[in-house]
Amino acid sequence: MSDLHDPRAGHAGPLPDVQPGGRRGFLRGTATVALSSVLLPSQAAASGRETRQAPLPAAAYRPVYFTPNEWAFILAAVDRLIPDDGNGPGGVAAGVPEFLDRQMELPYGHGAYWYMQGPFHPDSPATLGYQLRLTPRELYRAGIAAADRASMALHGTAFAGLRANQRDTLLAALEQGSIPRDGSLAAAFFALLLKNTREGFFADPMYGGNRGMVAWKMIGFPGARADFTDWIDQPGKPYPYGPVAIDGSTGSIRSTGGKS
Amino acid sequence: MSTPARHKPVDAVIIGFGWTGSIMAKELTDAGLSVVVLERGPARDTSPDFAYPRIADELKHAIRGDLWHRLSRETFTVRHRVGDTAVPYRQYGSFVLGTGTGGAGAHWNGQQWRASPNDLRIRSLYEERYGRKFIPADMTIQDYGIGFDELEPHFDHFEKVAGVAGTAGNLHGTIQPGGNPFEGARSSDYPNRPLPPILSSQLFANAARELGYRPFPVPAANSTTAYTNPYGVRMGPCNLCGFCEGFGCFLYSKASPQTTILPVLKGRANLEVRHDAHVTRILLDADRERATGVRYVDAAGRETDQPASMVVVAAFQLNSVRLLLLSGIGTPYDPRTGKGTVGKNFAYQMVSTTSAFFGEEVAMNPFVGAGAAGQQAIDEFNADHFDHAGKGFVGGAMIFAGATGGRPIAQMPLPPDAPRWGSGWKSAVRRHYAHSSSVATMGSVMAYRDRYLDLDPTYRDAYGQPLLRITFDWHPNEYRMTAFTSARAAAIVRAMRPQRIAQHVLQPGDAYDVRYYQSSHTTGGAIIGTHPANSVLNRYSQCWDVPNVFVLGASSFPQNIGYNPTGLAVALAYFAAAKIRSAYLKAPGPLVSA
Repeated sequence: MSDLHDPRAGHAGPLPDVQPGGRRGFLRGTATVALSSVLLPSQAAASGRETRQAPLPAAAYRPVYFTPNEWAFILAAVDRLIPDDGNGPGGVAAGVPEFLDRQMELPYGHGAYWYMQGPFHPDSPATLGYQLRLTPRELYRAGIAAADRASMALHGTAFAGLRANQRDTLLAALEQGSIPRDGSLAAAFFALLLKNTREGFFADPMYGGNRGMVAWKMIGFPGARADFTDWIDQPGKPYPYGPVAIDGSTGSIRSTGGKS
Repeated sequence: MSTPARHKPVDAVIIGFGWTGSIMAKELTDAGLSVVVLERGPARDTSPDFAYPRIADELKHAIRGDLWHRLSRETFTVRHRVGDTAVPYRQYGSFVLGTGTGGAGAHWNGQQWRASPNDLRIRSLYEERYGRKFIPADMTIQDYGIGFDELEPHFDHFEKVAGVAGTAGNLHGTIQPGGNPFEGARSSDYPNRPLPPILSSQLFANAARELGYRPFPVPAANSTTAYTNPYGVRMGPCNLCGFCEGFGCFLYSKASPQTTILPVLKGRANLEVRHDAHVTRILLDADRERATGVRYVDAAGRETDQPASMVVVAAFQLNSVRLLLLSGIGTPYDPRTGKGTVGKNFAYQMVSTTSAFFGEEVAMNPFVGAGAAGQQAIDEFNADHFDHAGKGFVGGAMIFAGATGGRPIAQMPLPPDAPRWGSGWKSAVRRHYAHSSSVATMGSVMAYRDRYLDLDPTYRDAYGQPLLRITFDWHPNEYRMTAFTSARAAAIVRAMRPQRIAQHVLQPGDAYDVRYYQSSHTTGGAIIGTHPANSVLNRYSQCWDVPNVFVLGASSFPQNIGYNPTGLAVALAYFAAAKIRSAYLKAPGPLVSA
């Protein structure tokens, strides 16, 4: 992924060390947001935009399922999958880590939506779909452990301790299944992590992500508005109204620059 | 195992309360029969289950699939070839399954097509026009033995029941401007006028006209007015809310059993609907020539028998075939010998998409859309609407354009070289989401000797019964079909003059991939035909082997068509119901002599 345009790659320092305990969940969250919202002058100039939305303060969320070390991984990974950048707040600021943790505790996380009976044939052709015996929460647990082991072997530190560009390289290796020994499991984990991260970013805010409807504002999706009676006869005319969430909260139309 | 509880016998039991089950419940109760409907899923209605704003939730409905059947309880196994080990379809991908009131008819898109006249006599037509050698030896396509003119009144009736919006293309044999010139002759116009095309469809239609094609509005079971159907049920106008596929309609505009038929069934003394009732088998008498009722597991987990004089199987296509196999009705198909019929001729559809990426000055408003309303299509390259000589394939595809809601988790069109994550992905999402459109081909898939359904030897459902096994992969005919039709789609997209084009077309050698949604248009396995040796059902959807069993739905298609299947499935259901009422109820027995 070296062709990713990320002016911060190589500039950002490692995430703060993560220790189990106390108010760390909150502190880590804010630390990550603060860190990842650093906007270098060159980036502001390069993005050619006048105004820049500050990321919303992360609510104090304490993970229920993820252990402190796993939570550090989640924060550090989501921060690279959907970074905070010139296009607006990233996954961490949008609450995606909270979304992921909450999903793990729901029937979905426990595998209630999947057929989980054996026998299992994990070496079946990829085109026949997921064939591991792990539920989503089990896959996260195993996948994070595999990623951290790989990080330890390569860099002597857990994934969360890596610089942004190192995290990108390792995530790409997970994605391609090129991490030795756990290759297929790591790739399956990465695929689910990426899928769930996008879900959290774009889903209704009531699930914990897309906080402040930042993802919807970024692309101009009006969310749960679900009434375009007044636009049936106006195809191609830019839609002027901002998004609305299922709980009734509304957002103004994107004001972060851009032309649409 | 204790002896199953036994209900009072009824005239008819219907398995499944989707489109075809609802139609049959209406027809049989109209005829005065006592009817029990067994639906394995929950009771659902527009209110409260589909109420706004909670229905406008992409994650819950279109991603997790809260209205779909839970695969954890029962799924299918899939393999590509005879002799391979099949593995379970553990997560939703390729197709989705309905459950509960309305079945998949509650959360479908509402694309309401009639079959093409030549879809119904495909083998005869190709042999007549192109010679017998044109059809590959292992292609097992068959005629329905039903004429289009016989089905036309039923297509017409359902369009009125469902408040379908469209533009007639062939009225009484006269081609009409603005409609589909390839459709069979209609006895009357659509009951609703179509909505104007949304921008993505408009650009497609303009480009298609430029190339000499005749685009028309996709027939949409999304009412466009305050409309009262022939049953007296009132529908509301569609507002292009963008929440059709995977969602129930909160506006009473998308046709579903709930919005078109069920209101008139409420309170009928001769109808009882039992939800959370999972039918495990059809019960047969000693000589296996007559069904005596069905056995099901109720919500409390009790095995219960419902005796009935006739059994209507109206489950989802795959589940209907499975139920026949579990019940020992008919002879299971054997791909090695070609003998047996149950499970034979399973088919699917081959789809392709061509994406057009425009500049940020083009406001595509992809969230303004519907499952079918506002969309446009061309039919020049479907069925035998074009000369197949020298093309090297049977079949074709309907080509259509539109937006069904631009829901951002699942409907995010990005160029193939866009990064999958990181800042590059974010930029691509930002640039393309509101400024792209796509054109799709819905390609027919023929039936083959080695593509079939049977019971899996290993995997079981939550009730301990074998899962259904799907043996399926693509054949050269379909790779050629999709190459040809997708090239035509690409030419139209180029004429739309976007900045960039990207195409996803299956290439020869690409295997059937269960991971990606393609369509829920699985067909066959309990097919209609002209003789017990080549089919499970006669032309009235009646089992040759057990004449008091009728099987409805796309399981009866001998091969698949280049349209969404609901229109043909419901027309066959009404056609069967008419014959049951006019002949079978007077003299129960075989309606076609073998």
